[in-house]
Amino acid sequence: MGLVDRLLASDQRALARLATLVEANDPIGEAAVARLYARTGRAHVVGITGPPGAGKSTLVNALVGAIRRSGRRVGVVAVDPSSPISGGAVLGDRIRMMQRHNDDGVFIRSMASRGRLGGLSLATVGVVHLLDAAGYDPILVETVGAGQDGVDIASLAHTTVVVQVPGLGDGVQAIKAGLLEIGQILVVNKADRPGAAEVARHLREEAHRGGDGNGWHVSVVETVSTTGEGISTLLEHIDAHLIVLKDGLGWTSHQHAAARSEVLSRLRFELERRLTVDPASATGLGGGIDNVAKRETDPATVVAELLAGLGVAPS
Amino acid sequence: MESAAQPVPNPISAPGRPIRVLVAKPGLDGHDRGAKVMVRALRDAGFEVVYTGLFQTPEMIASAALQEDVDVVGLSILSGAHLPLFPRIMDALRDRGLDDLLVVAGGTIPAEDVPELKALGVAAVFGPGTSFAEAVSFLRQHAPTRRDEA
Repeated sequence: MGLVDRLLASDQRALARLATLVEANDPIGEAAVARLYARTGRAHVVGITGPPGAGKSTLVNALVGAIRRSGRRVGVVAVDPSSPISGGAVLGDRIRMMQRHNDDGVFIRSMASRGRLGGLSLATVGVVHLLDAAGYDPILVETVGAGQDGVDIASLAHTTVVVQVPGLGDGVQAIKAGLLEIGQILVVNKADRPGAAEVARHLREEAHRGGDGNGWHVSVVETVSTTGEGISTLLEHIDAHLIVLKDGLGWTSHQHAAARSEVLSRLRFELERRLTVDPASATGLGGGIDNVAKRETDPATVVAELLAGLGVAPS
Repeated sequence: MESAAQPVPNPISAPGRPIRVLVAKPGLDGHDRGAKVMVRALRDAGFEVVYTGLFQTPEMIASAALQEDVDVVGLSILSGAHLPLFPRIMDALRDRGLDDLLVVAGGTIPAEDVPELKALGVAAVFGPGTSFAEAVSFLRQHAPTRRDEA
């Protein structure tokens, strides 16, 4: 049996191997995602984002427990930044989830951002698709985000949970960073710390202004992920958001936006790949870049020439 | 240990793909400073490191190695319990079909125990005198290459 068939037969090793291939943009991985695509688009994808130190991994671990108790199989993708210098990474989220080893209703995969902006990319999307096809639902995607970086997660996930903690000057920062726009659920974690109630109140006041296009009002949940306090409430809110999306047009419109995002990302990726891998194009690209650097030509002209070389007519 | 060597481009196991390493501390050994230093050195050398932390059972290690599809499992142990623990870890890996991983060990393992560990399938034991450069170089050379089918 090939890897795809084994994945569909619930073979975790096949899933893990395919995830590696997808992450490496290997043709086998890409072909697998294409073959499995009809079986994706089913799972509820939930993004968990927030600054470092907010306790996201512990929160995700607590959520996994609650989801398992409700009888569902859950996938987790935990993304950490790669070092821009060495290309390596410390993937330190799984450490909070190690006791899940005996439970094959949970699949946890750590991924390094590998230089991709916002940490998310075709590779992360691809791994989410693999988990989806393998029947994990929901799929939690944990990323480091502090506003701008969190934008990617909002286009991948149906529901975005933004985690804050008291004491980081959060109330004001949350509003400045546009977190209220990307987050449907705002969590104040470490809610047993001083200042938590105030942060929660502040967020609730800001969130109170009107619902979103789907009729959802941003909710604020206080949690203590180390004790489990507030976790079942958080899960209720996550599940409630899914219901709101499915009752109206929210689910369909998200699928459409996510499809658009994925097709365009792949287009950009393929274009860059073709131009750098094909020797003739690579030479043209390299030469063009040199000429731009020397101010003998400009980027728009170089790009028009490269596109023409690929048979793309000028607009 | 000396400081990590200059990072070099990604290694052999598949072109353009960083080597994934699981670093685990099995058993009751509560000293993690050495392991954490190694984790950072590996990152600085371009590896992706999943660090599982302390008090890992053979099952926890094998389950993580499978889901993370790592190329290398690094076992850090300073408690002296390597002889009872390592066979169980190797069994747990094999039980899950993970027999093509590179398994290495580090810590305070006496030289006379090394042959027994190697007979179990541990490819190298990095004792306290090992330099980062040595360990990194070994991993780069010996991490398994893969030939996956569709």
